[in-house]
Amino acid sequence: MNPTNIISEFKEKASLVSAVIHETNTIEDAFRIALSLCKKNFIIASPQFDNSALPLLEKLCIENGITILKDSLRKYTNGIDMGITFADFGIAETGTIVVSSDSEDKRLSTMISEIHVALLYKSNIRPTALDMADELSALTSKPSSYTAFITGPSRTADIERVLAIGVHGPLELHIILLEDKE
Amino acid sequence: MENSETLKEYRQRIDSALDNKFLRSAMDKFAVAYRESRKNAFAGMDVDALIAEVAEIKQNAIKNNDKLFEEFKSVAQKNGIHVHLAATATDANKIIAQIAKDTESKKIIKSKSMTAEEIHLNKWLENEGFEVTETDLGEWIVQLRHEGPSHMVMPAIHLSRFQVAELFAGVTGEEQNVEIERLVKVARKELRQKFVEADMGITGANFLIADTATIGIVTNEGNARLATTLPKVHVALAGIDKLLPTLKDALTIAKVLPRNATGQRLTSYVTWITGPSEYLGAGENFPPSKREMHIVLLDNGRRKIASDPDFAQILQCVRCGACANVCPVYRMVGGHTLGYIYIGAIGLITTYFFHGAENAKNLVQNCTNCGACKAVCAAGIDLPRLIKEVHARIQDEDGHPLKSMMLGRILRDRKMFHTLLRIASVAQKPFVTTQNITQKKSSAKGVQTEEPLYLRHLPLIFFKEHNFRELPAIVKTPFRDRWRSIKSGIENKRVKTANKTIKIGIFSGCVQDFVYPEQLEAGLKVISQIVLSNPNLDIKLEFPMGQSCCGLPALMMGEKEAAKDVAIQNIEAFKGYDLDYIVTLCASCASHLTHATPWLLSGLYDTDAKEFANKVVPFSQFINKILMAEGEKGYDILDRKTDLTPKHVTWHSPCHLCRGLGIKDDPKELIAKSGNLFVQAKEEETCCGFGGSFSANFPAISKEILTRKLDDVENTGAEILATECPGCVMQLRGGALNQNRKFKVLHLAELLASKY
Repeated sequence: MNPTNIISEFKEKASLVSAVIHETNTIEDAFRIALSLCKKNFIIASPQFDNSALPLLEKLCIENGITILKDSLRKYTNGIDMGITFADFGIAETGTIVVSSDSEDKRLSTMISEIHVALLYKSNIRPTALDMADELSALTSKPSSYTAFITGPSRTADIERVLAIGVHGPLELHIILLEDKE
Repeated sequence: MENSETLKEYRQRIDSALDNKFLRSAMDKFAVAYRESRKNAFAGMDVDALIAEVAEIKQNAIKNNDKLFEEFKSVAQKNGIHVHLAATATDANKIIAQIAKDTESKKIIKSKSMTAEEIHLNKWLENEGFEVTETDLGEWIVQLRHEGPSHMVMPAIHLSRFQVAELFAGVTGEEQNVEIERLVKVARKELRQKFVEADMGITGANFLIADTATIGIVTNEGNARLATTLPKVHVALAGIDKLLPTLKDALTIAKVLPRNATGQRLTSYVTWITGPSEYLGAGENFPPSKREMHIVLLDNGRRKIASDPDFAQILQCVRCGACANVCPVYRMVGGHTLGYIYIGAIGLITTYFFHGAENAKNLVQNCTNCGACKAVCAAGIDLPRLIKEVHARIQDEDGHPLKSMMLGRILRDRKMFHTLLRIASVAQKPFVTTQNITQKKSSAKGVQTEEPLYLRHLPLIFFKEHNFRELPAIVKTPFRDRWRSIKSGIENKRVKTANKTIKIGIFSGCVQDFVYPEQLEAGLKVISQIVLSNPNLDIKLEFPMGQSCCGLPALMMGEKEAAKDVAIQNIEAFKGYDLDYIVTLCASCASHLTHATPWLLSGLYDTDAKEFANKVVPFSQFINKILMAEGEKGYDILDRKTDLTPKHVTWHSPCHLCRGLGIKDDPKELIAKSGNLFVQAKEEETCCGFGGSFSANFPAISKEILTRKLDDVENTGAEILATECPGCVMQLRGGALNQNRKFKVLHLAELLASKY
C-alpha cells in the first residue's frame, strides 16, 4: 500500500467507528481545531506534552478562557471536558490509534475525558498491527508500560444490542492528522 | 449426582425459555445480524487461512504451556509482578481473597472475565465480606439480577431495556427512562463512583505474552482501563491456556477475535499492560509509585486437558462466543439454557471438564449436530465431534441409559436390527394411515398395494410432543428386498459396447432402506438415464447386503463403541467389490462415513477406513461432477423432457452436505439443469431441527427450529422444497403436512426423476 492509500484507509476505517478525523499542517492549528470543539468553562487535560507544545496550548487556553490541567487528574474523576494527547501510531486496517500511556495522568486523560483529541503524524500510520509488531513490541515490552489501542470512542451494545457511545470512556474521539514533523 | 437437574427438569426450563417472547425475538434478530456483520468484518480476508493460523498458534502454545508459564513467570517477577498458579477454582478464589486481605482492600471493582465466572469468584469474595462491583455494563446488569451471563461477550442479551430500566430504578432510587442512551449514562455515572472508591481492580486477560510478561485485554467500554488505572491493586485472572509466546501471536489472534465475536474489525480498546504501572493515588505527600500487580493463572483441569489427545484442542478457544451466535438451539433458548457458565458449543464441552458431568449431562444432548459452530470457530475446534465425545464419556462414567444402550446393542447386530424393522413395519399397522397407491409396476397387472404413509398415533416410546410433525411409517418392502429387480432392470438396458465402466456401490442408510426406498429408486433412475444417454459409458451397480446403519445415530446417543462396530461392518461389507464410488443419497451418512469412520477406526483399520471413506460421494456431487462430466458432451439430459411445466423449486441445504462435506452448489445447479426454476430461500444452510435423537429428546426446540425453516421456505413462494437427506425430508415433509404448508417436500433425486 502506498502512503496515500494508507492514510485514506485509516481515515475511512476510523470514521466507520465514529472517530472524527481532522487534518492540518501544524500543531498550533491542531490545537485551534481542538479548542474550536470547546464550549465555555472547559477543562482540558494535556499531561505529558513535550515542552514546545505545552506553552502554545496554555497560551491558547488562556486566550479562550479555558482551564488547562497538566497533572493530578485523579482529582477530576467526575469528568474532564477534553483530553488532548499525542498518539504514537495509527493502524490503517482498523482505524486505530496507539497511545503509549505509561504515565497515570496521560492514561486518565484518555479515559475520563468526555472528548479525547489525539494528534497523529501521518508518517506514523502503518497498514496493519502485524506490520508494525516490532515497533509495538518496543512500546509494550518495557517494564511498567501501558499501551492502548484505541479504535473509536468507548461503546457498548449490552442493552438489546443497540450501539451506545460513551460508557466508561470518552463520548467522542477526534483524531487530528498532522503532516510530517516540522 | 442426586441433586443434579433431571432431563425432565431441563426440558421444563427449555419450555419456559421458548415461551419468552422477548428472548426469542432478540435471539432471532441477533442470529441474522451477526452473520452479516461478521461477513463484512472479514471482507477481503482469507478467513480460513487466518483461522488455521490462530489454531496453529494456540496448538503450539498449548504444547509448550509449561515452558511459556515459566518464561512468563520469570519475566513478570523481574518486573515486580506477583505471579500465582492456582491448581483449582478454590485455590484461585483463596489466592485472590488473600491478596485483598493483605492489601487491606475492601471495595473491589471487576471488568468482564469468564474465568472469574468459571470459579464463581464474586460469590467467594462477597462471602468473605468484600464489596464486589462488576463494571462491564452487561455484567453489572446480570450481577444486579443475581444471575450469570447468557452470552460470553454480551452477558445481558436476554434482557430488554424495560427490565434494565426497572433494575436501574432500584439502584438509583429514581424512576428511569427506558431510552438506551440514558440507561448507559446511568451506568456511567453510578459506576464511575465505584471506580474512584475501589481499592482493588480485578480483570481477566485475553492474552498472556510470555517473552515480555505483557497482558492484553480486549474491551469496548473502557472499564478494564479504569479498573487497571484507578485502584492501587490490580489482579488479573486468566486460564493458563491464554499464554502465548509473543506479541505477534496475540496480534494475529486479535485480528480474528473481535471480527468473529461481534463483527467488529477491532474493539474500542485493546490494552497492553506490562506492569506494574504508575500509581499516583497515594496522595501528594507520597512520591509517584507503582501499583501492586498480581497475575493469577488458573489451571482448574486445563493441564490435564492439554495432555488429552481428543480434547487438547478445546484449549484453542479464544472465547469469542461465535459458536453460540450461530447455534440453532442457542437461537431458540438463549444462553442460560444452553450453557452452565460457558455458553454455546464450547460451553457444552467445557462444562464437563470445569463443572462436572452432573452439570453437563443434559446439555451435551442439546445439539442438533449441524456443525454451524465448527464452521465459524475462530480456532478451528471440531466442536460437534467433541460434544458427542463428551456425551459418550459421561455415559461411560455414569452408565448408559436403557434407551441408548438398547439402540447401541441393536445397531451392532445388523440382522437383529433389520428383523426388528421388518417386525415394526407390521406392528405399526394400527397406528398408520394408509392410502391405496397404484404402483407403476404393479398397475400393469392391475394390482393395488396398500402402502403405509404416516404414523397416525405414535408408539409409546415417543413423547407426545412429537406430534409437531407426521412421522413416516416403515415400508413393507425395504430397498434391500427390491434391489435385485432394480439392478437387473437397469443393467438389462445398458449399452454394452461402452469403453468405460464406472463401478458404483450404493450405501442406502437405514432411513432410505426401510422408510424411503422410493428415494433410492428415484436416484437410480436418474443415474440409469444419464448412463443410457452416453454411448461411451457403462455402469456396474452393487448393493452389498452386509451394509448397516452408518453409525451416526449411535454416536448421537453417546454410543461410541456401537458406532465403531457398525463402521467396521460397513467397511467389511464393501470390501472386495473393487468399487470406484460409494454413492449415498443421505447427506448425513455421507458426511459420517467420510469423516467419522476414519476417526472412529484410527489405529484399528486405518488404511481400510481411509480407502472406504475416500470413495464415499453424495448423490448431487456424483451426478453433477462425476456422471455428467463423463464424455466430451457432458451428458446433460436432465431437462430433455421440456413438455413438463417448470416448477419453482427452493433448496434446503442439509447441514452435513453444506458444512459436513462443503457441497453447496451442485444440488442447486442440478435443480436449474433439470429445467426447473430455482428460488433462493433465506438461511438455506440453517439446520431444519431434525438432528436424529436430538428431535426425540428436545421436540419443543426441534419444532421451533422447523417452523422457522418452513416459514423461510413458504416465503419463497416455491411449489417444491428439495433437499438431499432423508432425515431432513422426514422432518420437513412431516412438518409441512402437520402445519398445512403449501409446498411439497422432495428428495433431490425424486425431483430429478420426476422428469422421466
